[in-house]
Formats: sequence, C-alpha cells, structure tokens
Amino acid sequence: MKKMLKFVTCIFFVISAKLVNSIELTFELPDNANQCFYEDFKQGKDSILEFQVVTGGQYDVDLILEDPNGKVLYKDTKKQYDSINFKTEIEGTYKACFSNEFSTFSHKIVYMDWQVGDEQENFNKAITQGTHAMSQLENYAVSIGDKLRTVDDYQTHHRLREATGRKRAEYLNERVMMWSIGQTALVIFIGIAQVYLLRSFFSDKRSRY
Amino acid sequence: MSLKLGLGLLAVFAVTEALYFHIAETEKKCFIEEIPDETMVTGNYKVQLYDPNTKGYGDYPNIGMHVEVKDPEDKVILSKLYTAEGRFTFTSNTPGEHVICLYSNSTAWYGAQLRVHLDIQAGEHAQDYAQIAQKDKLNELQLRVRQLLDQVEQIVKEQNYQRYREERFRQTSESTNSRVFYWSLAQVLVLAITGYWQMRHLRGFFEAKKLV
Repeated sequence: MKKMLKFVTCIFFVISAKLVNSIELTFELPDNANQCFYEDFKQGKDSILEFQVVTGGQYDVDLILEDPNGKVLYKDTKKQYDSINFKTEIEGTYKACFSNEFSTFSHKIVYMDWQVGDEQENFNKAITQGTHAMSQLENYAVSIGDKLRTVDDYQTHHRLREATGRKRAEYLNERVMMWSIGQTALVIFIGIAQVYLLRSFFSDKRSRY
Repeated sequence: MSLKLGLGLLAVFAVTEALYFHIAETEKKCFIEEIPDETMVTGNYKVQLYDPNTKGYGDYPNIGMHVEVKDPEDKVILSKLYTAEGRFTFTSNTPGEHVICLYSNSTAWYGAQLRVHLDIQAGEHAQDYAQIAQKDKLNELQLRVRQLLDQVEQIVKEQNYQRYREERFRQTSESTNSRVFYWSLAQVLVLAITGYWQMRHLRGFFEAKKLV
C-alpha cells in the first residue's frame, strides 16, 4: 500500500513537472512577414510570454496578444524585448502574432518563450495531493531547483544579448572588409581617370589651335 | 500500473498542451536552437489539415512531415520523413545554432493550410523524468536531486559554450581591429602611390607637349 502511494506521489510530481509547459522558440521573421502562434489555455492560468529580437534592423518587432474572443491583451509596436504576464480569464485559444510588416527589407530573428502555469503553484498542488508534507530536504531541493531555473533564465538572456553583439560585430567585420576593397578600387580608378581627363583637356586644346 | 497510467496521461499532456501555428502545405518552417555541444533536443509535433467542409482542422494520417536538422556547419544531422504525428530526437556534436526545419510531403494541389503543433525542448527539459523514475526506481526526492543534477550539468555546458562564443566574438573584434588598422596603412600607401604616379605621368606628358 505504501509503495503504491509512493508511486502515486511520484506520478503527481512528474505530471506537475510537465504541467509547467514552457516552450522556447527562435524563429526567423522575413521582411513584411507575420507569424502567429496559438496556445490553448484553461481558465485561470498564469502565463508569461517573453520575446526578444536577436538580430535585424533596429531590433524591433510588433506583437499583438489576443484572447479567444479577440480582445487585445497586449499590443505594442517596435519593441526590442518585453515580458508579458497575464492570467487567462476564459478558456480557449490565445493568439500571439509577431509582425515585421513595417519593415521593408530587414530580416529578423526573434526569440520567444511562452510559459504556461506558475511553477511553484503547480508543484505545491502536486505535493498536497500526495501523501506527505515536504521534508526540509525536499524543500531545499525545490528551492535549489527554482534558483537554478533562474540561473538558466539569466543565461538565456545573456546568450541572446551576446548573440546580438556578436552578429553585429561579424557584420561590421565584413563591411569593413568590403569597404576597404571598394575604396581601394575607387581610389585607383579615380587616380587614373583624373590623369587621362586632364590629358584629354590639353590634347583637345592643342588640336583645336 | 498507475505509473503507466501516469505516463499515458503525460503523453496526452505533451501533445494537447503544445503550441501551434499554421503553415501552407508547401511552406517550410525553420526554428533555430542555439545549444552547447552534447545537448539533447527532442521535438514533439502533430500535423492537422484544414478541412473546408467542417471549417476546422482534422487529423489526416496520410500527411508526412519532413524533419531536417542542420548543425552550425550546415551539415545535415537529421533528415527524416515522419508520419503526421511524431517525435524526433538529436544530440548536438558541435556547439552553435542548429536549424530545425519542418515541411510536409504533400504535393499541394490546392494549397491547404496545415496546423502544426510543436514542442521543442532542449537540455534537461528534454529528459523524460517519468521514464527515469520508473527505470531507476527513484522516489520523489531522488528524482528531484536527479533533476537538479541535470540542471547544473546543463548550466555548466552552457557556460562552457559561453566561453566558446566569447572567444569567437573576441576573434571577430580583433580581426575587425586589425583590418581597420592595416586598411588605414594600405590606404595611405595607395594614395601616395597614386599621387606620385599622377605627378610623374603628368610631368612627362606636359614636357612632351612642351607646355612647361
């Protein structure tokens, strides 16, 4: 019997761990494009939607978040990054649309993290449904886990920032290269052209006399 | 027995609670996963086809989905055709941006819309703890600690990857710096040579024309 109960707790725990549904996606958004994502929610769930533009143009994107009735929960244009916390009021499909429609040539890479459900809450619920109160050790384990998740989160943000900087640097490097080659060619071309132009002035005058 | 039930439930959760988006039948959708090396990535997906009769999305088991994964060096590390619902897994060899592309095998006579449910998890998120608990017979605390261990391991990998990226960034910056430096030298040289050649050439020309 005890073993059985243990299994049950275990299952609740495992389900709770999975209930925290978080999906991180990094996608490309071509110019003039629009990309929508949908997620089905139950009523009264906490959700966090985070996004950040990694590369492209002025690093900005438009986002509209709508609830199942089409009510706009969030709408902002030309944002570089943001984090939106919301609680679902009704059950149904929530829609988030990223749009790059204002941009005619810059191609963008956008990172998105859509988290459903509050982690701590889910975990506690799972525990109370289980067979025993949490021991000190389990409490510690939970809080270490939370802290590590925060560390992971910060790392992700740092990684994205770094990617922005790195890509910009790589772009700059390439442009310096191209510009140098272009300018060398230009200087030589103009140098030669000047001489021949000047020569032609004098040659013309002389022939006219 | 109850664990099996739990696993079954888990599978249901995994598919129904996933994010989804729409693509045209021939469209290719790519996602980028920037991950350290030796990191496992799993993806669960399900495709539904728009049915004009019911005005809804229904399951069509005939649709196949191509999944293609490219590593940072543009080498294909996974390219497979799956059914309408499936799961793909790969482990990275080189750190960097992995591109995961999904596209259907349909020939698209009328360009219908596809709905793709997708869930991609990397690193310790990709671990199936239910299975681990079952296999290793772990209790809750042990499972918790196991998860912590995986989390820490993932953070270590990520930091290692950060060092790798920092190195690349620094190399790029140093390269830019040296290019700017050498370019300024080269430009002075090119200008001097051009100017000198112009002077000589024109002097010779004027002398030949008896203008000076």
